[in-house]
Amino acid sequence: MSVFERTEVEAIRARFPIFSRKVNGKPLAFLDSAASSQVPESVIEAMANFERTTRANVHRGVHRLSQEATEVHEGLRDRMAAFLKASRREEIVFARGTTEAINLVAWSFLRPRLVPGDVVLVSELEHHANLVPWQIVAAERGAVVEKIPALDDGTLDFAAYIEALETRPVRMVAVQHVSNALGTVHPVGRFCAEARSRGIPVLVDGAQSVPHMDVDVSALGCDFLAFSAHKMHGPTGLGVLYGRYDRLDSMPPWQGGGDMIDKVSFSGTTFHEPPWRFEAGTPHYVAAAGMHAALDFRAEVGVERIAAREHELLESARRELSSIEGVRVLGSAPEVAGVVSFVLEGIHHYDIGLYLDQLGIAVRTGHHCAQPAMERYGVTGTVRASFAVYSTEEEVERLVAGVRRAKEVLG
Amino acid sequence: MSEGTILEREEEIVEEFSMFDEWLDKYEHIIGLGKSLEPIDPEYRADPWKVKGCQSQVWLQPAIADGKVVFKADSDAAITKGLVALMVRVLSGQPPRAVAEAPLAFLERIGLREHLSPTRSNGLVSMVKQMKLYAAAYAAKEESHG
Repeated sequence: MSVFERTEVEAIRARFPIFSRKVNGKPLAFLDSAASSQVPESVIEAMANFERTTRANVHRGVHRLSQEATEVHEGLRDRMAAFLKASRREEIVFARGTTEAINLVAWSFLRPRLVPGDVVLVSELEHHANLVPWQIVAAERGAVVEKIPALDDGTLDFAAYIEALETRPVRMVAVQHVSNALGTVHPVGRFCAEARSRGIPVLVDGAQSVPHMDVDVSALGCDFLAFSAHKMHGPTGLGVLYGRYDRLDSMPPWQGGGDMIDKVSFSGTTFHEPPWRFEAGTPHYVAAAGMHAALDFRAEVGVERIAAREHELLESARRELSSIEGVRVLGSAPEVAGVVSFVLEGIHHYDIGLYLDQLGIAVRTGHHCAQPAMERYGVTGTVRASFAVYSTEEEVERLVAGVRRAKEVLG
Repeated sequence: MSEGTILEREEEIVEEFSMFDEWLDKYEHIIGLGKSLEPIDPEYRADPWKVKGCQSQVWLQPAIADGKVVFKADSDAAITKGLVALMVRVLSGQPPRAVAEAPLAFLERIGLREHLSPTRSNGLVSMVKQMKLYAAAYAAKEESHG
Protein backbone atom coordinates (compact mmCIF):
# COMPACT_ATOMS: atom_id res chain seq x y z
CA MET A 1 0.00 0.00 0.00
CA SER A 2 1.54 3.21 -1.16
CA VAL A 3 1.64 6.45 0.81
CA PHE A 4 -0.02 8.27 -2.10
CA GLU A 5 -2.95 7.12 -4.18
CA ARG A 6 -2.24 6.95 -7.89
CA THR A 7 -4.43 10.00 -8.48
CA GLU A 8 -2.50 12.02 -5.94
CA VAL A 9 0.82 11.16 -7.57
CA GLU A 10 -0.61 12.31 -10.89
CA ALA A 11 -1.99 15.48 -9.35
CA ILE A 12 1.38 16.31 -7.80
CA ARG A 13 3.27 15.65 -11.03
CA ALA A 14 0.82 17.77 -12.95
CA ARG A 15 1.94 20.73 -10.85
CA PHE A 16 5.50 20.43 -12.17
CA PRO A 17 5.65 21.67 -15.76
CA ILE A 18 9.04 20.06 -16.44
CA PHE A 19 7.40 16.65 -16.65
CA SER A 20 5.63 17.56 -19.86
CA ARG A 21 8.91 17.50 -21.76
CA LYS A 22 10.70 14.55 -23.28
CA VAL A 23 14.37 13.74 -23.18
CA ASN A 24 15.88 11.81 -26.07
CA GLY A 25 12.36 10.99 -27.16
CA LYS A 26 11.43 9.44 -23.81
CA PRO A 27 9.41 10.82 -20.91
CA LEU A 28 11.76 12.45 -18.43
CA ALA A 29 12.62 10.34 -15.38
CA PHE A 30 14.25 12.96 -13.19
CA LEU A 31 16.28 11.19 -10.53
CA ASP A 32 18.64 14.04 -9.71
CA SER A 33 16.59 16.03 -7.23
CA ALA A 34 19.38 15.97 -4.64
CA ALA A 35 21.36 18.25 -6.95
CA SER A 36 18.45 20.55 -7.78
CA SER A 37 14.83 19.63 -7.32
CA GLN A 38 12.17 20.71 -9.79
CA VAL A 39 9.81 23.59 -9.09
CA PRO A 40 6.03 23.56 -9.16
CA GLU A 41 4.16 25.99 -11.39
CA SER A 42 3.12 27.94 -8.28
CA VAL A 43 6.77 28.83 -7.58
CA ILE A 44 7.42 29.90 -11.17
CA GLU A 45 4.21 31.89 -11.19
CA ALA A 46 4.94 33.55 -7.83
CA MET A 47 8.27 34.82 -9.14
CA ALA A 48 6.88 35.86 -12.51
CA ASN A 49 3.96 37.61 -10.85
CA PHE A 50 6.26 39.38 -8.45
CA GLU A 51 8.33 40.61 -11.40
CA ARG A 52 5.21 41.81 -13.14
CA THR A 53 3.55 43.56 -10.23
CA THR A 54 5.92 44.22 -7.34
CA ARG A 55 9.52 44.41 -8.54
CA ALA A 56 11.37 47.10 -6.58
CA ASN A 57 14.46 47.11 -4.41
CA VAL A 58 13.88 46.22 -0.78
CA HIS A 59 14.53 48.01 2.52
CA ARG A 60 15.33 51.54 1.40
CA GLY A 61 12.40 52.70 -0.65
CA VAL A 62 9.61 54.71 0.91
CA HIS A 63 7.39 54.06 -2.06
CA ARG A 64 4.64 51.51 -2.22
CA LEU A 65 6.34 48.89 -4.40
CA SER A 66 9.49 48.87 -2.30
CA GLN A 67 7.43 48.40 0.82
CA GLU A 68 5.55 45.50 -0.71
CA ALA A 69 8.76 43.89 -1.91
CA THR A 70 10.27 44.33 1.55
CA GLU A 71 7.22 42.68 3.09
CA VAL A 72 7.70 39.66 0.83
CA HIS A 73 11.43 39.46 1.52
CA GLU A 74 11.33 40.08 5.27
CA GLY A 75 8.16 38.01 5.48
CA LEU A 76 10.22 35.05 4.33
CA ARG A 77 12.60 35.68 7.21
CA ASP A 78 9.67 35.40 9.63
CA ARG A 79 8.51 32.22 7.96
CA MET A 80 11.99 30.71 7.97
CA ALA A 81 12.40 31.52 11.66
CA ALA A 82 9.14 29.72 12.42
CA PHE A 83 10.01 26.89 10.00
CA LEU A 84 13.28 26.17 11.83
CA LYS A 85 11.92 27.04 15.28
CA ALA A 86 14.57 29.71 15.69
CA SER A 87 14.13 31.85 18.76
CA ARG A 88 14.02 35.10 16.80
CA ARG A 89 13.76 36.27 13.22
CA GLU A 90 17.17 37.94 13.37
CA GLU A 91 18.73 34.49 13.49
CA ILE A 92 17.92 33.98 9.79
CA VAL A 93 20.57 35.23 7.33
CA PHE A 94 19.89 35.03 3.60
CA ALA A 95 22.74 33.92 1.36
CA ARG A 96 23.12 32.73 -2.21
CA GLY A 97 23.10 29.12 -1.12
CA THR A 98 24.51 26.62 1.35
CA THR A 99 28.04 27.17 0.08
CA GLU A 100 27.99 30.89 0.65
CA ALA A 101 26.37 30.42 4.05
CA ILE A 102 29.16 28.09 5.16
CA ASN A 103 31.83 30.41 3.78
CA LEU A 104 30.31 33.25 5.78
CA VAL A 105 30.68 31.25 8.99
CA ALA A 106 34.21 30.16 8.08
CA TRP A 107 35.39 33.68 7.33
CA SER A 108 33.45 35.75 9.79
CA PHE A 109 32.92 33.44 12.75
CA LEU A 110 35.79 30.97 12.74
CA ARG A 111 38.70 32.85 11.19
CA PRO A 112 39.09 35.50 13.92
CA ARG A 113 38.90 32.79 16.60
CA LEU A 114 41.42 30.37 15.11
CA VAL A 115 44.91 30.18 16.56
CA PRO A 116 47.80 28.08 15.24
CA GLY A 117 47.40 24.42 16.16
CA ASP A 118 43.63 24.59 16.43
CA VAL A 119 41.57 21.78 14.95
CA VAL A 120 38.43 22.04 12.88
CA LEU A 121 36.60 18.71 12.96
CA VAL A 122 34.79 17.80 9.77
CA SER A 123 33.31 14.46 8.80
CA GLU A 124 34.90 12.29 6.15
CA LEU A 125 31.67 12.33 4.17
CA GLU A 126 31.30 16.09 3.77
CA HIS A 127 30.41 17.77 0.53
CA HIS A 128 33.36 19.92 -0.54
CA ALA A 129 31.28 22.98 0.39
CA ASN A 130 31.54 21.93 4.02
CA LEU A 131 35.21 21.05 3.82
CA VAL A 132 37.11 23.41 1.54
CA PRO A 133 36.06 26.70 3.23
CA TRP A 134 37.40 25.35 6.55
CA GLN A 135 40.61 24.21 4.87
CA ILE A 136 41.21 27.64 3.36
CA VAL A 137 40.66 29.47 6.63
CA ALA A 138 42.62 26.90 8.65
CA ALA A 139 45.61 27.02 6.31
CA GLU A 140 45.74 30.77 6.64
CA ARG A 141 45.75 30.61 10.45
CA GLY A 142 48.06 27.66 10.93
CA ALA A 143 45.19 25.46 12.06
CA VAL A 144 44.30 22.00 10.75
CA VAL A 145 41.16 20.29 9.49
CA GLU A 146 40.79 16.76 10.82
CA LYS A 147 38.21 14.17 9.96
CA ILE A 148 35.53 12.40 11.90
CA PRO A 149 35.99 9.00 10.24
CA ALA A 150 33.17 7.24 8.43
CA LEU A 151 32.41 3.57 9.03
CA ASP A 152 31.81 0.89 6.41
CA ASP A 153 28.03 1.21 6.67
CA GLY A 154 28.09 4.93 5.85
CA THR A 155 27.59 6.19 9.40
CA LEU A 156 30.12 8.26 11.31
CA ASP A 157 32.42 6.91 14.00
CA PHE A 158 30.86 8.48 17.08
CA ALA A 159 33.46 7.04 19.46
CA ALA A 160 36.27 8.53 17.37
CA TYR A 161 34.42 11.85 17.43
CA ILE A 162 34.22 11.86 21.22
CA GLU A 163 37.87 10.95 21.42
CA ALA A 164 38.82 13.83 19.13
CA LEU A 165 36.74 16.24 21.20
CA GLU A 166 38.52 15.07 24.33
CA THR A 167 42.05 14.88 23.08
CA ARG A 168 42.38 17.48 20.34
CA PRO A 169 42.22 21.30 20.55
CA VAL A 170 38.93 21.44 18.62
CA ARG A 171 37.76 24.97 17.84
CA MET A 172 34.78 24.10 15.67
CA VAL A 173 32.79 21.13 14.36
CA ALA A 174 31.19 21.07 10.90
CA VAL A 175 29.03 18.09 10.06
CA GLN A 176 26.40 17.16 7.53
CA HIS A 177 22.91 16.15 8.59
CA VAL A 178 22.37 13.89 5.57
CA SER A 179 25.10 12.63 3.23
CA ASN A 180 24.64 13.78 -0.36
CA ALA A 181 26.83 10.91 -1.55
CA LEU A 182 25.30 8.02 0.44
CA GLY A 183 22.03 9.25 1.90
CA THR A 184 22.97 8.44 5.52
CA VAL A 185 20.97 10.41 8.08
CA HIS A 186 23.41 11.20 10.87
CA PRO A 187 22.30 11.62 14.49
CA VAL A 188 23.52 15.22 14.45
CA GLY A 189 21.68 16.09 17.65
CA ARG A 190 24.05 13.80 19.52
CA PHE A 191 27.05 15.35 17.76
CA CYS A 192 25.84 18.82 18.71
CA ALA A 193 25.17 17.86 22.35
CA GLU A 194 28.69 16.49 22.81
CA ALA A 195 30.30 19.58 21.31
CA ARG A 196 28.03 21.93 23.17
CA SER A 197 28.81 20.39 26.54
CA ARG A 198 32.45 21.26 25.82
CA GLY A 199 31.67 24.76 24.60
CA ILE A 200 32.55 23.95 20.98
CA PRO A 201 30.38 25.51 18.27
CA VAL A 202 28.82 23.31 15.57
CA LEU A 203 27.69 24.05 12.04
CA VAL A 204 25.26 21.58 10.50
CA ASP A 205 25.06 21.30 6.71
CA GLY A 206 21.34 20.83 6.17
CA ALA A 207 21.38 20.98 2.37
CA GLN A 208 20.26 17.34 2.08
CA SER A 209 18.12 17.13 5.22
CA VAL A 210 15.86 20.18 5.19
CA PRO A 211 14.26 19.13 1.87
CA HIS A 212 13.18 15.83 3.42
CA MET A 213 12.33 16.56 7.05
CA ASP A 214 11.45 19.36 9.41
CA VAL A 215 14.57 20.51 11.18
CA ASP A 216 14.18 22.15 14.57
CA VAL A 217 17.35 24.06 15.39
CA SER A 218 16.62 24.34 19.08
CA ALA A 219 16.02 20.60 19.40
CA LEU A 220 19.14 19.94 17.33
CA GLY A 221 21.21 22.27 19.47
CA CYS A 222 23.39 23.53 16.64
CA ASP A 223 25.00 26.96 16.46
CA PHE A 224 24.62 27.22 12.70
CA LEU A 225 22.54 25.46 10.05
CA ALA A 226 22.85 26.07 6.31
CA PHE A 227 20.65 24.97 3.42
CA SER A 228 19.54 25.93 -0.10
CA ALA A 229 16.12 26.76 -1.53
CA HIS A 230 16.74 25.07 -4.88
CA LYS A 231 16.91 21.62 -3.33
CA MET A 232 13.45 22.03 -1.78
CA HIS A 233 11.40 22.98 -4.86
CA GLY A 234 12.37 26.62 -4.50
CA PRO A 235 14.39 29.02 -6.63
CA THR A 236 18.12 28.97 -7.26
CA GLY A 237 20.33 31.66 -5.77
CA LEU A 238 18.76 31.63 -2.33
CA GLY A 239 20.18 29.98 0.74
CA VAL A 240 19.53 30.26 4.43
CA LEU A 241 21.94 30.44 7.31
CA TYR A 242 20.47 29.98 10.74
CA GLY A 243 22.86 31.32 13.36
CA ARG A 244 22.27 31.49 17.10
CA TYR A 245 21.87 35.19 17.81
CA ASP A 246 24.75 35.59 20.24
CA ARG A 247 27.00 33.88 17.69
CA LEU A 248 25.88 36.16 14.88
CA ASP A 249 26.16 39.20 17.09
CA SER A 250 29.80 38.36 17.82
CA MET A 251 30.72 38.18 14.13
CA PRO A 252 32.25 41.00 12.08
CA PRO A 253 30.92 41.67 8.59
CA TRP A 254 32.31 39.51 5.79
CA GLN A 255 31.35 41.43 2.68
CA GLY A 256 30.90 45.18 2.66
CA GLY A 257 28.40 47.21 0.71
CA GLY A 258 24.93 48.62 0.82
CA ASP A 259 22.31 47.42 3.31
CA MET A 260 24.82 46.07 5.84
CA ILE A 261 25.91 49.43 7.26
CA ASP A 262 24.72 51.62 10.10
CA LYS A 263 26.59 54.84 9.32
CA VAL A 264 29.27 55.43 6.69
CA SER A 265 31.87 58.14 6.59
CA PHE A 266 35.50 58.46 5.61
CA SER A 267 36.40 58.72 9.28
CA GLY A 268 34.85 55.33 9.96
CA THR A 269 31.88 53.13 9.27
CA THR A 270 29.63 51.30 11.69
CA PHE A 271 27.67 48.23 10.83
CA HIS A 272 24.08 47.12 11.01
CA GLU A 273 22.80 44.52 13.46
CA PRO A 274 22.56 40.84 12.42
CA PRO A 275 21.27 39.51 10.15
CA TRP A 276 21.51 42.54 7.85
CA ARG A 277 25.18 43.00 8.75
CA PHE A 278 25.79 39.88 6.64
CA GLU A 279 23.58 40.78 3.72
CA ALA A 280 25.60 43.27 1.70
CA GLY A 281 24.08 44.41 -1.55
CA THR A 282 20.70 43.79 -3.11
CA PRO A 283 19.36 40.43 -1.98
CA HIS A 284 17.61 37.96 -4.30
CA TYR A 285 14.19 39.22 -3.29
CA VAL A 286 12.49 37.71 -6.36
CA ALA A 287 13.59 34.31 -5.07
CA ALA A 288 11.97 35.14 -1.74
CA ALA A 289 8.63 35.42 -3.56
CA GLY A 290 9.22 31.96 -5.07
CA MET A 291 10.31 30.47 -1.77
CA HIS A 292 7.04 31.48 -0.12
CA ALA A 293 5.25 29.39 -2.75
CA ALA A 294 7.67 26.49 -2.24
CA LEU A 295 6.93 26.50 1.49
CA ASP A 296 3.20 26.64 0.72
CA PHE A 297 3.58 23.60 -1.53
CA ARG A 298 5.43 21.70 1.19
CA ALA A 299 2.78 22.59 3.76
CA GLU A 300 -0.05 21.55 1.44
CA VAL A 301 1.35 18.08 0.82
CA GLY A 302 2.73 17.73 4.35
CA VAL A 303 6.37 17.00 5.06
CA GLU A 304 5.67 13.73 6.89
CA ARG A 305 3.85 12.38 3.87
CA ILE A 306 6.56 13.68 1.53
CA ALA A 307 9.19 11.93 3.62
CA ALA A 308 7.21 8.68 3.81
CA ARG A 309 6.66 8.70 0.06
CA GLU A 310 10.32 9.40 -0.75
CA HIS A 311 11.37 6.73 1.68
CA GLU A 312 9.12 4.14 0.10
CA LEU A 313 10.65 4.81 -3.33
CA LEU A 314 14.17 4.96 -1.97
CA GLU A 315 13.80 1.62 -0.19
CA SER A 316 12.39 0.01 -3.30
CA ALA A 317 15.25 1.38 -5.44
CA ARG A 318 17.88 0.21 -2.95
CA ARG A 319 16.36 -3.24 -2.79
CA GLU A 320 15.93 -3.66 -6.55
CA LEU A 321 19.34 -2.29 -7.44
CA SER A 322 21.02 -4.50 -4.84
CA SER A 323 19.42 -7.53 -6.44
CA ILE A 324 21.33 -6.93 -9.70
CA GLU A 325 24.46 -9.03 -9.78
CA GLY A 326 27.57 -6.85 -9.74
CA VAL A 327 25.81 -3.85 -8.21
CA ARG A 328 27.17 -2.57 -4.93
CA VAL A 329 24.99 -0.03 -3.11
CA LEU A 330 27.24 2.19 -0.99
CA GLY A 331 26.28 2.41 2.66
CA SER A 332 23.84 0.36 4.68
CA ALA A 333 23.03 2.85 7.42
CA PRO A 334 19.84 2.22 9.38
CA GLU A 335 18.43 5.60 8.39
CA VAL A 336 18.73 7.05 4.91
CA ALA A 337 17.08 9.87 3.00
CA GLY A 338 16.87 11.09 -0.55
CA VAL A 339 19.60 9.25 -2.41
CA VAL A 340 20.93 5.82 -3.36
CA SER A 341 24.51 5.62 -4.57
CA PHE A 342 25.88 2.57 -6.34
CA VAL A 343 28.61 1.17 -8.51
CA LEU A 344 28.39 -1.59 -11.09
CA GLU A 345 31.39 -3.87 -11.14
CA GLY A 346 33.60 -3.42 -14.17
CA ILE A 347 31.54 -0.60 -15.65
CA HIS A 348 32.41 3.07 -15.36
CA HIS A 349 29.80 5.31 -13.75
CA TYR A 350 30.20 7.79 -16.59
CA ASP A 351 29.20 5.17 -19.15
CA ILE A 352 26.14 4.24 -17.09
CA GLY A 353 25.15 7.90 -16.82
CA LEU A 354 25.44 8.42 -20.58
CA TYR A 355 23.49 5.25 -21.24
CA LEU A 356 20.68 6.11 -18.83
CA ASP A 357 20.50 9.61 -20.32
CA GLN A 358 19.71 8.06 -23.68
CA LEU A 359 16.77 6.33 -21.97
CA GLY A 360 15.52 9.67 -20.64
CA ILE A 361 16.72 8.90 -17.11
CA ALA A 362 18.58 11.71 -15.35
CA VAL A 363 20.97 10.50 -12.65
CA ARG A 364 24.11 11.99 -11.17
CA THR A 365 27.46 10.35 -11.78
CA GLY A 366 30.92 11.12 -10.45
CA HIS A 367 32.27 11.98 -7.04
CA HIS A 368 29.31 14.15 -5.98
CA CYS A 369 31.68 16.84 -4.68
CA ALA A 370 32.68 14.44 -1.92
CA GLN A 371 36.02 13.05 -3.03
CA PRO A 372 37.18 12.02 0.46
CA ALA A 373 33.98 9.98 0.80
CA MET A 374 34.65 8.27 -2.54
CA GLU A 375 38.18 7.49 -1.43
CA ARG A 376 36.86 6.10 1.85
CA TYR A 377 34.75 3.53 -0.01
CA GLY A 378 37.42 2.78 -2.60
CA VAL A 379 35.64 4.16 -5.65
CA THR A 380 36.38 7.04 -8.03
CA GLY A 381 32.71 7.83 -8.35
CA THR A 382 29.24 6.36 -8.23
CA VAL A 383 25.90 6.55 -9.93
CA ARG A 384 23.46 8.38 -7.71
CA ALA A 385 19.68 8.35 -8.03
CA SER A 386 17.74 10.72 -5.84
CA PHE A 387 14.06 11.05 -5.14
CA ALA A 388 11.53 13.74 -4.43
CA VAL A 389 7.81 13.97 -3.84
CA TYR A 390 7.04 13.73 -7.58
CA SER A 391 9.09 10.57 -8.13
CA THR A 392 7.21 7.41 -9.12
CA GLU A 393 7.42 3.63 -8.94
CA GLU A 394 7.62 3.59 -12.73
CA GLU A 395 10.75 5.74 -12.59
CA VAL A 396 12.33 3.34 -10.12
CA GLU A 397 11.45 0.48 -12.46
CA ARG A 398 12.91 2.31 -15.46
CA LEU A 399 16.09 2.98 -13.51
CA VAL A 400 16.47 -0.65 -12.49
CA ALA A 401 15.71 -1.91 -16.00
CA GLY A 402 18.11 0.68 -17.43
CA VAL A 403 20.93 -0.45 -15.16
CA ARG A 404 20.28 -4.08 -16.12
CA ARG A 405 20.47 -3.18 -19.81
CA ALA A 406 23.54 -1.00 -19.26
CA LYS A 407 25.21 -3.97 -17.68
CA GLU A 408 24.55 -6.11 -20.75
CA VAL A 409 25.55 -3.47 -23.28
CA LEU A 410 28.55 -1.99 -21.49
CA GLY A 411 29.81 -5.07 -19.69
CA MET B 1 46.74 2.71 -39.00
CA SER B 2 44.37 3.92 -41.66
CA GLU B 3 45.45 5.82 -44.71
CA GLY B 4 44.38 9.22 -45.93
CA THR B 5 44.32 12.80 -44.81
CA ILE B 6 42.45 14.00 -41.76
CA LEU B 7 39.47 15.01 -43.87
CA GLU B 8 39.43 11.68 -45.72
CA ARG B 9 39.50 9.77 -42.47
CA GLU B 10 36.71 11.92 -41.07
CA GLU B 11 34.70 11.24 -44.22
CA GLU B 12 35.24 7.51 -43.76
CA ILE B 13 33.97 7.69 -40.17
CA VAL B 14 30.91 9.70 -41.18
CA GLU B 15 30.08 7.06 -43.78
CA GLU B 16 30.65 4.27 -41.29
CA PHE B 17 28.28 5.87 -38.79
CA SER B 18 25.63 6.61 -41.40
CA MET B 19 24.43 3.02 -41.17
CA PHE B 20 23.23 3.42 -37.58
CA ASP B 21 19.70 4.67 -37.06
CA GLU B 22 19.54 3.71 -33.42
CA TRP B 23 21.60 5.45 -30.75
CA LEU B 24 22.17 2.12 -29.07
CA ASP B 25 23.84 0.67 -32.17
CA LYS B 26 25.97 3.77 -32.42
CA TYR B 27 27.04 3.46 -28.78
CA GLU B 28 27.78 -0.21 -29.20
CA HIS B 29 29.94 0.58 -32.22
CA ILE B 30 31.80 3.29 -30.29
CA ILE B 31 32.40 0.92 -27.39
CA GLY B 32 33.69 -1.67 -29.86
CA LEU B 33 36.11 0.85 -31.33
CA GLY B 34 37.39 1.53 -27.84
CA LYS B 35 37.91 -2.15 -27.18
CA SER B 36 40.03 -2.55 -30.30
CA LEU B 37 42.08 0.57 -29.63
CA GLU B 38 45.80 -0.11 -29.66
CA PRO B 39 46.85 -0.03 -25.97
CA ILE B 40 49.19 2.64 -24.68
CA ASP B 41 52.51 1.60 -23.20
CA PRO B 42 51.92 0.82 -19.51
CA GLU B 43 54.25 3.56 -18.25
CA TYR B 44 52.02 6.13 -19.92
CA ARG B 45 48.98 5.15 -17.89
CA ALA B 46 50.23 7.44 -15.15
CA ASP B 47 49.59 10.90 -13.80
CA PRO B 48 52.00 12.91 -15.98
CA TRP B 49 50.17 11.64 -19.07
CA LYS B 50 46.70 11.97 -17.65
CA VAL B 51 44.45 14.49 -19.32
CA LYS B 52 42.24 16.19 -16.78
CA GLY B 53 38.63 15.11 -16.83
CA CYS B 54 36.25 15.29 -13.93
CA GLN B 55 34.45 11.99 -14.41
CA SER B 56 36.30 9.79 -16.84
CA GLN B 57 40.06 9.85 -17.21
CA VAL B 58 42.05 9.92 -20.42
CA TRP B 59 45.75 9.15 -20.89
CA LEU B 60 47.60 10.36 -23.95
CA GLN B 61 50.89 9.06 -25.31
CA PRO B 62 52.25 11.37 -28.00
CA ALA B 63 55.27 10.69 -30.21
CA ILE B 64 56.90 11.76 -33.44
CA ALA B 65 57.82 9.29 -36.18
CA ASP B 66 59.04 10.24 -39.64
CA GLY B 67 57.89 13.81 -39.16
CA LYS B 68 54.33 12.73 -38.30
CA VAL B 69 52.63 12.92 -34.92
CA VAL B 70 51.64 9.57 -33.54
CA PHE B 71 49.16 9.16 -30.73
CA LYS B 72 48.16 6.33 -28.49
CA ALA B 73 45.51 6.91 -25.86
CA ASP B 74 43.33 5.22 -23.27
CA SER B 75 40.37 5.90 -21.01
CA ASP B 76 38.82 4.24 -17.96
CA ALA B 77 35.29 4.68 -19.34
CA ALA B 78 34.12 2.60 -22.30
CA ILE B 79 32.25 5.28 -24.25
CA THR B 80 34.98 7.84 -23.70
CA LYS B 81 37.52 5.28 -24.84
CA GLY B 82 35.59 4.76 -28.05
CA LEU B 83 35.57 8.49 -28.72
CA VAL B 84 39.27 8.59 -27.93
CA ALA B 85 39.75 5.83 -30.51
CA LEU B 86 38.00 7.94 -33.13
CA MET B 87 40.27 10.88 -32.40
CA VAL B 88 43.38 8.73 -32.57
CA ARG B 89 42.17 7.24 -35.85
CA VAL B 90 41.72 10.69 -37.37
CA LEU B 91 44.78 12.45 -36.01
CA SER B 92 47.50 9.85 -35.52
CA GLY B 93 50.10 9.61 -38.27
CA GLN B 94 49.28 13.03 -39.70
CA PRO B 95 51.55 16.02 -40.35
CA PRO B 96 51.82 18.20 -37.22
CA ARG B 97 50.50 21.37 -38.87
CA ALA B 98 47.43 19.53 -40.15
CA VAL B 99 46.69 18.16 -36.67
CA ALA B 100 47.11 21.56 -35.05
CA GLU B 101 44.67 23.14 -37.47
CA ALA B 102 42.12 20.32 -37.88
CA PRO B 103 38.56 21.62 -37.45
CA LEU B 104 37.30 18.12 -36.53
CA ALA B 105 33.75 18.61 -37.69
CA PHE B 106 33.02 14.90 -37.91
CA LEU B 107 31.77 14.48 -34.35
CA GLU B 108 28.97 16.90 -35.13
CA ARG B 109 28.19 15.10 -38.38
CA ILE B 110 27.83 11.74 -36.61
CA GLY B 111 25.63 13.27 -33.93
CA LEU B 112 28.17 13.20 -31.12
CA ARG B 113 28.95 16.88 -30.91
CA GLU B 114 27.77 17.10 -27.30
CA HIS B 115 30.64 14.84 -26.25
CA LEU B 116 33.10 17.52 -27.29
CA SER B 117 31.28 20.31 -25.49
CA PRO B 118 33.14 21.94 -22.63
CA THR B 119 30.25 21.11 -20.31
CA ARG B 120 31.10 17.43 -20.66
CA SER B 121 33.53 16.35 -18.03
CA ASN B 122 34.88 13.34 -19.92
CA GLY B 123 38.42 14.53 -20.62
CA LEU B 124 37.89 14.39 -24.37
CA VAL B 125 37.97 18.15 -24.90
CA SER B 126 41.19 18.41 -22.96
CA MET B 127 42.65 15.48 -24.87
CA VAL B 128 42.00 17.08 -28.26
CA LYS B 129 43.50 20.32 -26.93
CA GLN B 130 46.58 18.40 -25.78
CA MET B 131 46.92 16.66 -29.13
CA LYS B 132 46.77 19.96 -30.97
CA LEU B 133 49.17 21.68 -28.59
CA TYR B 134 51.66 18.89 -29.01
CA ALA B 135 51.33 19.00 -32.79
CA ALA B 136 51.54 22.81 -32.87
CA ALA B 137 54.67 22.81 -30.72
CA TYR B 138 56.31 20.23 -32.95
CA ALA B 139 55.28 22.06 -36.12
CA ALA B 140 56.70 25.32 -34.81
CA LYS B 141 59.96 23.62 -33.93
CA GLU B 142 60.20 22.00 -37.38
CA GLU B 143 59.42 25.23 -39.17
CA SER B 144 61.96 27.27 -37.23
CA HIS B 145 64.62 24.72 -38.11
CA GLY B 146 63.48 24.26 -41.51
